Amino acid sequence: MENQSQKDAALIVSASPHVRDVDSIPRIMWAVILSLIPAGIAGIFTFGYYCIYVVFLSCVTAVVTEAVIVWLRKVSVVNTMKDGSAIVTGILLAYTLPPGVPWYVPVVGSFFSIAIVKHTFGGLGNNIWNPALAARAFLQVAYPAVLNSDWRVLTEHGMHKIVHSIAKIGADGKLVDAITRATPLAKESGAETYRLAELFIGNIPGCIGETSAIALLLGGVYLIYKRYIKWYVPALYVATVFVMVLVLPPRTVTPWANNPMYHIFAGGLLLGAFFMATDMVTTPLTSRGLIIFAIGAGLLTALIRFYSGYPEGVCYSILLMNTATPLIDRFTKPRLYGIKKVKKG
Amino acid sequence: MLTRVKSKLKTFVGGIHPADDGKSLTRDRKEVTPLLPKTVYLFMSQHIGAPAKPMVKKGDIVKKGQLIGELQGFISANVHASVSGKVVDVIPWPHPVTGMKSPAVIIERTEDDTWAEGTDIVSDIDSISPEEIKQRIQWAGIVGLGGATFPTHVKLTPPKDKTIDTIVMNGAECEPFLTCDYRLMMDKPHEIIQGLRLVMKCLGCRKAHIGIEENKEDVYRLFKDIVSNDPNIRIDLLEVKYPQGAEHQLIKALLNREFKPTQLPLEVGAIVVNVGTAFAVYEAVKFKKPLIQRIITVTGNGVERPQNFLVRLGTPVKLLLEAAQVTPDVNKIIFGGPMMGISQASIDAAVTVKGTGGILVQRDAHQWESHACIRCGRCVDSCPYGLNPSELSIVCEAKEFNLALENNIMECKECGCCSYICPAKRPIVHLIKFAKAEIAKQRVKT
Ligand code: SF4
Ligand code: SF4
Repeated sequence: MENQSQKDAALIVSASPHVRDVDSIPRIMWAVILSLIPAGIAGIFTFGYYCIYVVFLSCVTAVVTEAVIVWLRKVSVVNTMKDGSAIVTGILLAYTLPPGVPWYVPVVGSFFSIAIVKHTFGGLGNNIWNPALAARAFLQVAYPAVLNSDWRVLTEHGMHKIVHSIAKIGADGKLVDAITRATPLAKESGAETYRLAELFIGNIPGCIGETSAIALLLGGVYLIYKRYIKWYVPALYVATVFVMVLVLPPRTVTPWANNPMYHIFAGGLLLGAFFMATDMVTTPLTSRGLIIFAIGAGLLTALIRFYSGYPEGVCYSILLMNTATPLIDRFTKPRLYGIKKVKKG
Repeated sequence: MLTRVKSKLKTFVGGIHPADDGKSLTRDRKEVTPLLPKTVYLFMSQHIGAPAKPMVKKGDIVKKGQLIGELQGFISANVHASVSGKVVDVIPWPHPVTGMKSPAVIIERTEDDTWAEGTDIVSDIDSISPEEIKQRIQWAGIVGLGGATFPTHVKLTPPKDKTIDTIVMNGAECEPFLTCDYRLMMDKPHEIIQGLRLVMKCLGCRKAHIGIEENKEDVYRLFKDIVSNDPNIRIDLLEVKYPQGAEHQLIKALLNREFKPTQLPLEVGAIVVNVGTAFAVYEAVKFKKPLIQRIITVTGNGVERPQNFLVRLGTPVKLLLEAAQVTPDVNKIIFGGPMMGISQASIDAAVTVKGTGGILVQRDAHQWESHACIRCGRCVDSCPYGLNPSELSIVCEAKEFNLALENNIMECKECGCCSYICPAKRPIVHLIKFAKAEIAKQRVKT
């Protein structure tokens, strides 16, 4: 009878519940990686194989940086690597870069996103800003010339020119001015317009992973189906931009400037709406908070595009909303059960 | 078609759909195997409230159904001998729910299994008075058998300023793996409804509403037949969702009434009785049989023959496990279901109590590695009480108990939805329980 209170060594004692959902951080992250593949493939088709190189550099830098930091912080390296979140950041950052960037841009950006944006705040779950976007903003400041003017376009003859241009880059390490053009959203792109079908498929200038609406939709719908992102976040974000473009006073610069379809498909809106405004870590907790976040990001995107010198607004608008997230959380606490209905009786 | 039917089902906001409800393991085994232990260990505390006072001492001879522990004060419950035999000791024994040692009467069974004097008498329940019903329920030591173990006679004594207009009967059995209520409902539907009517009569309450989860449509049809010509008893199918059978969620689904997590159903004019409790009421009032046995589901992948047993209170779990053919590589034994059950440190000492509806035996129990919160918001969406489990887990982990209180930690019912759904596998309920215990300690000190 003495050993009655003694523990049977083999028995696990833990608090309830004793079963858990199958979803885990690695499962979510790997699904996000999978969902990003179509956009990458579209990027390669549009801009050429050099894109693979950019994505690869970005991911490797992210993974290596994370491994070293985690090791220095004495956290399990294997477990952190398994969660795949560094790769997600690496891919997302690469997707926001122009297809012909020099090798050091993704490397510096990726290092910045993991080392500074993610880990100075304590690693996955604690960062305030989306690492990929914050790094993108940093690069914009660090390498303005590269990021603003080297938008590589190959609309007419597609692949041939890409292959050709890559050969050239390989040869002298410089970008080829003749074939670079700005994003279709840039004001100076003048009267250049693209057909809706081109915008949809993604055969347009832009960044590596942002041009093909159909590929982004494919990935986004998959994540919605898996319930890893909430459908109303991208929907409200895009819808807000759509409405804003209609109601804001027309810009005279270009014929397409007040075409909402153009605003949805021509820039980074879809990539941002499906993959960055839905980042769990840097967006509000509750559905009410997320609705505010999405609408806010939509408003800011449109305002930046209309009233600033910068053609793209997605990156900064999401970063700004990231900053506002703790505040949004404070004002959108869930309703405590049983509190509201009291006055009814 | 299916979706249309589904949308008609009543339910509540939040909650989870466990991937494996585990009920198929035991659901279709119709026989309920009776078990007669050689020795029973009867705790004086098998209910919420003051422990009963032992009425017997070492060496006494007792008979089945004899009162051996007398309730102390208003919120307390009687304890009766669950077998006839000899009291071999009255000592503190490790309690399966609290984990602490608690006084228990240990009885060694003799062959004779007859009822004690004054019990097992058939009465005419049509002419019985409400007061008499309540007295018998109190005498019989009946407590909430859905797991809450709140003394039933206390529930049936609402404060003067509260009127109870509806008795809600819980046939949801939302806890995965357990089928003890299902079995009872299939086998004793008339008795359960009789018990419900006795509760209604006791309170002078005209209406009753029964909730059954949709995965038990057979029970629904059975009950529906029985109450078809009684306009005062309604019965509804509920969506299969955890925790559908918890008082707040059941009342929300059936009556659309809300009350605070810290309040009792009587705030909104309702009382919830579990089907097992209703059956016990019937047995106590009609036959003067105290609560000495119940159905227990022994299940999980750690037993070869998962099934329901009819078990005397205080039966050693070892006996149940042997009867269900436990496998040698078991690594977790849980009193109750997987969502709210309590894992046991020792097989040898564990014995059943009134609130034990199931014993879940796992052979591949995981220990999850937890991660920082990734703010996915799933816990917030799943919490049926509108709490923020993410925030709670973070402040509890940091031992910021004041912030925990600000975040309404005391409203948490420890239902487990948040921990279940968390992809970061955060031990949210564990942290909340820990913080609550610490807060209680601090309060005692000051
Ligand atoms: S355990 Fe508490 S915090 Fe978690 S879901 Fe249940 S009531 Fe909410
Ligand atoms: S479910 Fe887990 S990871 Fe998600 S918000 Fe809640 S605590 Fe954080």
